[in-house]
Amino acid sequence: MQSIADAFTLALQLVLSGNADLFEIVALSLRVSLTATFLACLCGLPLGAFMAISRFPGRGILLVLMNALMGLPPVVVGLLVYLHLSRSGPLGFLGLLYTPTAMIIAQTILIAPIIAALSRQVLEDLHMEYAEQFRSLCLNQWQTVTALLWDARYSLLTVGLAGFGRAVAEVGAVIIVGGNIDHLTRVMTTAIALETSKGDLALALALGLLLLTIALGVNAAVQSLRMSARRQAYV
Amino acid sequence: MKLSQSLCASIAALALAGSVAAADQSIIVQSTTSTANSGLYDYLLPLFQDKTDIQVNVVAVGTGQAIKNAQNCDGDVLLVHAKASELDFVEAGYGTARTDLMYNDFVIVGPEADPAAVGGTTDAQAAFAKIAASGALFASRGDESGTHKKEKSLWAESGVDPSAASGQWYRETGSGMGATLNAGIGMGAYVMTDRATWISFGNKQDYKIQVEGDDDLFNQYGVIPVNPAKCPSVHVDAAKKFTDWLISDEGQSAIAAFEVGNQQLFFPNAPKN
Amino acid sequence: MSSLGTIAFTPNAIPQAAAPNLMPLRVRDLGLSFEGEAVLSGVNLDLGPHGCTAIMGPNGAGKSLLLKLLHGLISPTTGEINWGGQTAAAAMARQALVFQKPVLLRRSVAANIDFVLRAKGRPRSLCNALLDHVGLAQKARQPARLLSGGEAQRLALARALATEPDVLFLDEATASLDPASILSIETIVRDACARGVRVICVTHDIGQARRLADDVVFLQGGRIAEHSAARDFFSAPQTTAARDYLNGRLVL
Repeated sequence: MQSIADAFTLALQLVLSGNADLFEIVALSLRVSLTATFLACLCGLPLGAFMAISRFPGRGILLVLMNALMGLPPVVVGLLVYLHLSRSGPLGFLGLLYTPTAMIIAQTILIAPIIAALSRQVLEDLHMEYAEQFRSLCLNQWQTVTALLWDARYSLLTVGLAGFGRAVAEVGAVIIVGGNIDHLTRVMTTAIALETSKGDLALALALGLLLLTIALGVNAAVQSLRMSARRQAYV
Repeated sequence: MKLSQSLCASIAALALAGSVAAADQSIIVQSTTSTANSGLYDYLLPLFQDKTDIQVNVVAVGTGQAIKNAQNCDGDVLLVHAKASELDFVEAGYGTARTDLMYNDFVIVGPEADPAAVGGTTDAQAAFAKIAASGALFASRGDESGTHKKEKSLWAESGVDPSAASGQWYRETGSGMGATLNAGIGMGAYVMTDRATWISFGNKQDYKIQVEGDDDLFNQYGVIPVNPAKCPSVHVDAAKKFTDWLISDEGQSAIAAFEVGNQQLFFPNAPKN
Repeated sequence: MSSLGTIAFTPNAIPQAAAPNLMPLRVRDLGLSFEGEAVLSGVNLDLGPHGCTAIMGPNGAGKSLLLKLLHGLISPTTGEINWGGQTAAAAMARQALVFQKPVLLRRSVAANIDFVLRAKGRPRSLCNALLDHVGLAQKARQPARLLSGGEAQRLALARALATEPDVLFLDEATASLDPASILSIETIVRDACARGVRVICVTHDIGQARRLADDVVFLQGGRIAEHSAARDFFSAPQTTAARDYLNGRLVL
């Protein structure tokens, strides 16, 4: 219990001290996870939209697969990416292992299925409402998908948040492909893991509180955006 | 499909930009955790980087994984503490040469209550036998790290096969030193750890060193530059500069000067040329 | 609404649907079954090139299904639909359907029109004229889904007109609106009809059918019971079913 009280004080001190190392770690966490979320949306949303509006043989199996991939263990993703990016792996020549780029790639792979599966559900519900009208207008698939994506944009923000939440909170993948190198690939979660392994539980918990606060901030920002959208009846 | 293509292209572009910028001035050290967790690198690297413009990036993992990573050419220098495995590594051609760097020792820590009554013993094997006989809990790394390998050899010498009791009094955490200490302390188990990690460990609670001072608890660290013949991508010159500095008089005295709480953690013993 | 006769988007800018080339409509032996149960059967129907046709009948008679079959939204089990030589599926692009409950995009009023203009490759500059035409110019920037029921349906109608259809289907488009809203919708529909758009509407509103329709198709139990000129249908319905329906007596 002592550690928890310490952690709150420590977290406050860390923030107030304006520690440059801490700022660097927080900034990298945000950069890596936000970029990964953006890239995962870039692939996941069109895939989700396509799955939402099309019917083809094997679609059911693909849906099950997509939903199952939401539970992809970060460590497994980390290992897969490591094996590819390792200098002895097929993409080793790129020299990407132990860089923030490698971490972005791993997190993108980790959360793209989440974005795809959740957006599929959101867009399929919306499509139920729009489908007949759209068919009457003779819209092609591209027009349908873009209209659905645009009209569901505020709901999809929540989907993006789910992806971001998983990315920013995971440690298994980034610690393998990033290596938790100080001033290069150290992010909030790997720093927490490191402090835990050093037995500095209060500092680890303080960092955890900061991470929680950041996640809270991002969520609050998106929530306020959604609220204003709801007032416009765009949700 | 267009999207994923452009995505791949942008990743590749990003990658190239990144690798060009990194250039020859940075190396990766695949290291055991004790050296990193104790803060040794935080002390040493600024000293080295003041003299050169080589950026040293440390990946701290267990000795077993560090060696594997280096075999995959994902490091320029290997700094671990499992001599037999290190010699195998060089033998197999992955490293150019192994040099003794420094040493400290292992200790067995346990709760104040000392249920196996091993406190004060200086015979590690005897202490292990007593722990096994008493049925007191023992938390093992169980991860093929340098510490784990040392622990297994001590069990063998004490004539106990702890793996038969795995899950009972013998608890294999399969994690790093810090995690194993946290787990061991949580369950009231004895733990064998290197002294450096123990001294700088922050969550000791009522634990203290129960067994120390046996010559068999000697813990030797070695340093090996990765062989460019196996791994053409290694930054040979930078790796050699770093290794040479570590075993130089300057590097060795820097290692000796590193202290946590007024205690020296590592004792340099590189051979003098 | 007084400028309805001279709408800005008709002259010059776009060729007018002067001679609707989807007509005449010829339906032969049309049938629709769900899991072996016939909901429409033996439907034969001929519609000429001009005017407004009302499809009437009690609930469950198959009115909306007939409309969707004609539009090509669903495929018949038997029979054929011929729009001036084209199948229903091929004709769909030149038709528009206004649903009972308007399906509006989660965007502004203007963006709802703009979306269709872009999808159909029509000049986006028509948007203002269309909104003006349905009396929604003041609300162009407002979220479409905050419109009242009547406004929403006028927007749906404007969107349908934005596709410049040869044929306009209305599926109980005024069913839940107040009298003023109903009249403004009817004015717009009548105007479209006058400009040569062929209108086919499903309605329960006998007054509306009297005001709008040139002819009435009366459906009962999935069959066409009667198809006659509106004047004749309302003054002297030929079938007992139609008579009972007009008198407000339940028809099963």
